[in-house]
Amino acid sequence: MIQFLSYLVNGISLGSVYAIIALGYSMVYGIAKMLNFAHGDVIMVGAFVSFSATQYWGMSPLVSVVVAVAVCTLLGILIERLAYKPLRSATSLAVLITAIGMSWLLQNLALLIWGANPKSFTSIVNLGSIVLFDGQLRITSEAIVTVLANIVIMLVLTQFTGKTKMGKAMRAVSEDRGAAELMGINVNATISMTFAIGSGLAAIAGVLLCSAYPVLMPTTGSMPGIKAFTAAVFGGIGSIPGALIGGLLLGIIEILGKAYVSTELGDALVFAVLIIVLLVKPTGLLGKKVHEKV
Amino acid sequence: MKMKKFKNLSGNLITYAMVVVAFLLCELALSGMIDGFKMSRSLKGQLVPICVYIVMAVSLNLTVGISGELSLGHAGFMSLGAFSGILFSQWLLSAFPQTDLALVRLVGALITGGIVAAIAGVLIGIPVLRLRGDYLAIVTLAFGEIIRNLLNCVYFSLEGASVHFSFLDPNLPGTVVINGPMGAIGVKKLASFEAGFLLVLFTLVVVLNLINSRSGRAIMAIRDNRIAAESVGIHVTKYRMLAFVISAALAGMAGALYGLNYSTVQAAKFKFDTSILVLVFVVLGGIGNIRGSIIAATVLTVLPEMLRDFGTYRMLIYAIVLIVVMLATNSPMLRSTLDGLAGKLKNAKEGDKA
Repeated sequence: MIQFLSYLVNGISLGSVYAIIALGYSMVYGIAKMLNFAHGDVIMVGAFVSFSATQYWGMSPLVSVVVAVAVCTLLGILIERLAYKPLRSATSLAVLITAIGMSWLLQNLALLIWGANPKSFTSIVNLGSIVLFDGQLRITSEAIVTVLANIVIMLVLTQFTGKTKMGKAMRAVSEDRGAAELMGINVNATISMTFAIGSGLAAIAGVLLCSAYPVLMPTTGSMPGIKAFTAAVFGGIGSIPGALIGGLLLGIIEILGKAYVSTELGDALVFAVLIIVLLVKPTGLLGKKVHEKV
Repeated sequence: MKMKKFKNLSGNLITYAMVVVAFLLCELALSGMIDGFKMSRSLKGQLVPICVYIVMAVSLNLTVGISGELSLGHAGFMSLGAFSGILFSQWLLSAFPQTDLALVRLVGALITGGIVAAIAGVLIGIPVLRLRGDYLAIVTLAFGEIIRNLLNCVYFSLEGASVHFSFLDPNLPGTVVINGPMGAIGVKKLASFEAGFLLVLFTLVVVLNLINSRSGRAIMAIRDNRIAAESVGIHVTKYRMLAFVISAALAGMAGALYGLNYSTVQAAKFKFDTSILVLVFVVLGGIGNIRGSIIAATVLTVLPEMLRDFGTYRMLIYAIVLIVVMLATNSPMLRSTLDGLAGKLKNAKEGDKA
């Protein structure tokens, strides 16, 4: 039972990271209607920047996170401006391939800058862990910080999209881009803003992910990226609570599956659940049903 | 109508001719008949993979271009084909060790790979084809990953003519052929450039004839407007399934050839990146354009080899080239500038004439 609880805690912690990444995917998809496959690599860049900041430039962990967020936010805006903005009216497949090119570009740049050897990431939270039930259940401080960060981000983002002017503009653009433009909303600025927020979140996710799983390589971001994308679809792409639920469920299923079914089949289980959910609810758990116009 | 038919036919003939001429040139270069042009070792090693990727690209183009469904799990079918093809070929070898059956083993492996992938295509197609758009894409991605994960847990061994199988348990009697995460080991290489060329021709015959048939027109009608197609009595599920399964079967055959080109093959070779790579071939070659797929697959398989001189910058340049090409061919701003330039040139020429 206590064993189960400890797996559950791990699952929630991993799920929180997925949820934060999934938010970035989900927002970008909701507003720009594109699958940004380079998002996973922004996570990796965020983790590398934080790593360099603490290891080479002697910054404190907290400052390094701020630096990482700043760098990734700028990177997100830059990527959007250079690669995606010229393709606003192109087919979605063309944008998808460009995003893949961008993903390769980021991975190979990271390879040139930081090398291919895996770096061991020192956790940014070093507060020790909470020990319960006579040492049988151990909750790491990373897990707590991750879950807290997730909750804070979710709350701030729901408030932001619901209350502020920019947030309302985002929702309007995701609803109907043409109509939003006619109402005087600056669509390009809104999309840039979305990329900025998504990439900033990716940096946080990267740091948290590498604090819990401290191996850092240029390809570190790709698998979590794909899984977070799965989480976004799972919860209903374009929806903030959907990303949260999808991410958490995915993390829990993955950890429990690895613990109780088989280590090799954990990922397969995650994808199998996704397929079942999509077959029952083709737009994800909290996705909006779009009626087809004839 | 007749004109269009003729155009289709001549277009297909050009495609066939292009492939045959390219093959003959390669054969000439291989035999050293062309003075001053010798194929490098690495390029020689690329010949079979080029054929494999051409088949993969053409078959994916059937799903993405002709049927209009974005599939991100094409490598999954390739891996099924590779593993089943290897298993069949090794089984024949172990069952009849005395007789020389190289050709039978190769052809049998290709057919087995195709059939296994086709069965998987049917099983996956039933749920996948209920979905549409990006959701369909993510489910194909999920299936690709599931196949790879399952193949990592599968163990096969051979003892004479009998086959042992286990899931997750590596202890098997006899010679192990497929060894979980280690993949297929001790494969007797059978693939050759000639076999690859014949497979490419076979794929072209299948796909081009399908496109120009009644079924092909039905598939394209569904792609262009599903509801309109349905209302004129086209069985939507049947034709979408047809395209999906044929595409899967061809990918399986390509996988079998790929598997028999190396002495060891891991399931990790067929991960998401491979599916994406093939998709890049299809998109860069032109969606729905078969000849484009062939050219793109060839050029983009050779390009990393050509860029070998750039060392570590190789893949970086590859990525930049990809982005720039996508921007150049799809950006309306760049396009209009280019069109404007072309128009000016034309005007200037006409001005000269006058």
